[in-house]
Amino acid sequence: MDFNWLTTIIFLPALGALLIAFMPRLSSRGIRWLAAVFTFIPLVLSIYLFTIFDRSAGMAGVMQFEESVSWIPAINANYHLGVDGLSLPLMILMAFLGFLVVLISWKIDLRPREYFAWLLLLETSILGVFCSLDLLLFFLFWEIEVIPMYFLISIWGTGRKEYSAIKYVIYTLFGSAVMLAGILSLYFTTGSLSMVEIAQGGLGMIQTAMPAAAIFFLLLVGFAVKLPVFPLHSWLPDAHTDAPTAVSVVLAGALLKMGGYGMIRVCVSIFPGVAQDYALPLIILAVISVLYGAAVTLRQTDLKRLIAYSSISHMGYVLLGIFALGQVSLTGAALQMFSHGIITGLLFAMAGLVMHNAGERDLRKLGGLARQMPIIVVVFSIAGVASLGLPTTSGFIAEFLVFVGSFTSGAPGIQVATILGVLGIVITAGYILWMLQRVFYGEPLKKFDKVKDASILERVYMFAFVAVIMLVGIYPAILTDVIKMGVAPVMGLLGG
Amino acid sequence: MFSETVFTPLFVPELTLLVTAVVVILLDLVLKNKWWLAVVSIAGIVVSAGFAVAMWGGDSASIFFGMMAVDNFAIFFKLLFLVIAALVILASTDYVSKLKRFQGEYYALVLISALGMMLMAATTELISIYIALELTSISLYILVGFLKDPKSTEAALKYLLLGAVASAVLLFGMALIFGFTGQTQLGEIAAAIQSMSLSGVMASPGLIAGMVLIIAGFGFKIAAVPFHMWVPDVYEGAPTPITAYLSVASKAAGFAIILRVFISAFGLPHWLSLDWGMVFAILAAVGMTVGNIIALTQTNIKRMLGYSSIAQAGYLMVGLATVGFVSPVISGSSAFAGQSGLLFFLASYTLTNLGAFTAIIAISGKVDSDLIADYAGMGKRAPLLALALSLCLISLIGMPPAAGFMAKFYIFSGAVQQGLLWLVIIAVINSVISAYYYLRVVKVMWTGKPASETKVPSSIALRVALGLSCLGVLVMGIVPGFVMKLAEMAAKMFVS
Repeated sequence: MDFNWLTTIIFLPALGALLIAFMPRLSSRGIRWLAAVFTFIPLVLSIYLFTIFDRSAGMAGVMQFEESVSWIPAINANYHLGVDGLSLPLMILMAFLGFLVVLISWKIDLRPREYFAWLLLLETSILGVFCSLDLLLFFLFWEIEVIPMYFLISIWGTGRKEYSAIKYVIYTLFGSAVMLAGILSLYFTTGSLSMVEIAQGGLGMIQTAMPAAAIFFLLLVGFAVKLPVFPLHSWLPDAHTDAPTAVSVVLAGALLKMGGYGMIRVCVSIFPGVAQDYALPLIILAVISVLYGAAVTLRQTDLKRLIAYSSISHMGYVLLGIFALGQVSLTGAALQMFSHGIITGLLFAMAGLVMHNAGERDLRKLGGLARQMPIIVVVFSIAGVASLGLPTTSGFIAEFLVFVGSFTSGAPGIQVATILGVLGIVITAGYILWMLQRVFYGEPLKKFDKVKDASILERVYMFAFVAVIMLVGIYPAILTDVIKMGVAPVMGLLGG
Repeated sequence: MFSETVFTPLFVPELTLLVTAVVVILLDLVLKNKWWLAVVSIAGIVVSAGFAVAMWGGDSASIFFGMMAVDNFAIFFKLLFLVIAALVILASTDYVSKLKRFQGEYYALVLISALGMMLMAATTELISIYIALELTSISLYILVGFLKDPKSTEAALKYLLLGAVASAVLLFGMALIFGFTGQTQLGEIAAAIQSMSLSGVMASPGLIAGMVLIIAGFGFKIAAVPFHMWVPDVYEGAPTPITAYLSVASKAAGFAIILRVFISAFGLPHWLSLDWGMVFAILAAVGMTVGNIIALTQTNIKRMLGYSSIAQAGYLMVGLATVGFVSPVISGSSAFAGQSGLLFFLASYTLTNLGAFTAIIAISGKVDSDLIADYAGMGKRAPLLALALSLCLISLIGMPPAAGFMAKFYIFSGAVQQGLLWLVIIAVINSVISAYYYLRVVKVMWTGKPASETKVPSSIALRVALGLSCLGVLVMGIVPGFVMKLAEMAAKMFVS
């Protein structure tokens, strides 16, 4: 058991990135295969970790596969990794998407060497965020992620790509700058950078007069930009729309989850009392995100922009589940993060395929593609109905748990908020079905006569996505058993 | 032959450098192959550094009747200046080989100004401080005007005139302090101030006025707003290696002397240190904001880095403010957080800026332009140079995995500890602003259309200098423990 599983998983993609960037005389075919290998191994390893993860009740809240090495003694920072029920599903999510986006990017011809190097570096940084238990290490990975994103959007993007890339960077850096102030305050009020230690020590470790609520909100802003929470969301539609398909998949699939994960792991676990005090305004923001996001989605005419806005709405459920502060609602929120990652990842992949094959992403000019794309239409529809929460898909279980858990959690005003939130589902059904109808049904258009359906490779990754959506939808315990282990200690802190 | 008080082994590093400078001038007369001048200079630096390293960690001592200190603090800076001088000489070889005359003088002046800076870091007496400062400044005035073209001459004249005014202001401040306390030795000034009653100190404005004038005089050296007017013009006009030299060495020397004077002479009573701490806090806030905002609109990369260095001086002054705010009752390593943070930041900033300027020398020398627009497509024409410059710019923003991130984390963590959270928040938001103009250069290099397809070659000396700087930046960004330890040791060992 002394094998450093997590280090291996996190840094294999980075190693691949270095090889791709600096190995001389590499054909673009070789680059793709290298990228595939260096993302496939982490996926296999993380699934293996999932199978040997100790699910016994006694291990609830205990970090597993821990690694800890002194890193910077001068400031008491450690290279401390570990996963529990909260982070393990997200780690697998990223490893899964990390491999699939390499397949999705198979046709990239423009500067493939740099492209795949950045893509793999991005995977390393996100995996690092989910596995770090030291605040400085966490922040380090959190910040590194910005650089590959910047390059990926501004070089391989479409439309106003440079504007979107810098907007993304400025928003993220603003959030993380404030978060850094929060981390520094936390460090000096507790003298520790270990998330586990601070959470266990509770607020008793906070010695100075610095109010805990101030630190809580400094940290929260950083996560809220990422999630994103209304009114800090405006980077998201631009970044998603102009990013290349694979990057949109990672962005929606795993990057946004860093925000939700951070909220549970840092904000709620370290400041349970503050979280309870300020739950109501945050729940209200969640409902606004859900309804506002859904309403804006309804009037989008750009395929990718539509899916992007729907993410704001779906991330509102995560925020709702987190700050309802109930066991079931938190489990739901964690599951929703995983489920949304897969579903929206698939939606973006499908949107990318439609764009690539039909050469059009304006909903007003699309139509009747069902005849040319019999496979894509089925998979796109599965992703769509999963997104609106149809039973047997993971979307249903996740949203159901969020609503049930929130409604019964007893937080102030939560019942009204939950009912308002459920309305979001109705709007979701509206825009998803309308989108499918406008893209695939209606009169077949002559200009699309030559359009092709998915290739073999594309069918492979489509199948992988659909399989996971169905698996979690039909047998959710496979994930909820694990998530429960991570939520239990948080509930303990909340006194529930 | 010499008595102990005139010749002391503790002065050998400085003597070595002086001898090397003289030898270089003499060799210039007889040697045909001027390459050897650089080799001899660097050899002298290495020997001098060897002597300095041998003294590290030894007992602190005072030499020349209390005029100079030999302590870890001084040795830390001596090594820093030696490293800078060596890298600057490496980066200069291309430049100098184009000069028709005075090649030996160029290297000798670099060595002598480094000698002056080494003295600045060690002197503990007002008159010798002034002499060391002038030794440094006069060598630099000549170096700035070395090209003898109109721009370079204008820069040198501007630097000389403003520098002379600053020196006069400094001298006036010193005179006031001398008049007030009757002492020129820093430790004795402190003793004189502490022996006075509060009303005695308040009765005359001499002390405060003297301190303010001294801050103004040194503020010129470190390019603190509002004493920064010379920076952009001088940076633009000077030979680029000298710009690099000014931007790091001159600044580091300024901070070294400020730390020594203010801690040794004005460190106590606490209300006095709070006073100057507040002055530095305000100068820091103004400096970084002004520097960053003006840098946003620059089109010439040397001017941009000039304003950026003003902003960086602002971040560095956060460390000075921290030193002023440290309460005398605190003990342990947190009592030195301000100093050690500042030293670490200086080391990181030095390597980063030298790296950036070396890349600029390599690129601008070939495209014959300092305009940011002409860096378009460098990612294609000179991938390694572009990568190195990108790394350095990312480090200047303060993003991982580069040294700038750790430096900011370290220096800001000290400030938060002393209750300067407001200043840290201003600083981190400034980092976000700065990301915009640093990334603009990165963007132009990687996404811009190259003006021609020809590769941009660079000489071996430049590549070595750049490689060393970038290696240092990465090492200090990922495993900063060793340098932090050195900075902490240097901050603690301090002779007044």
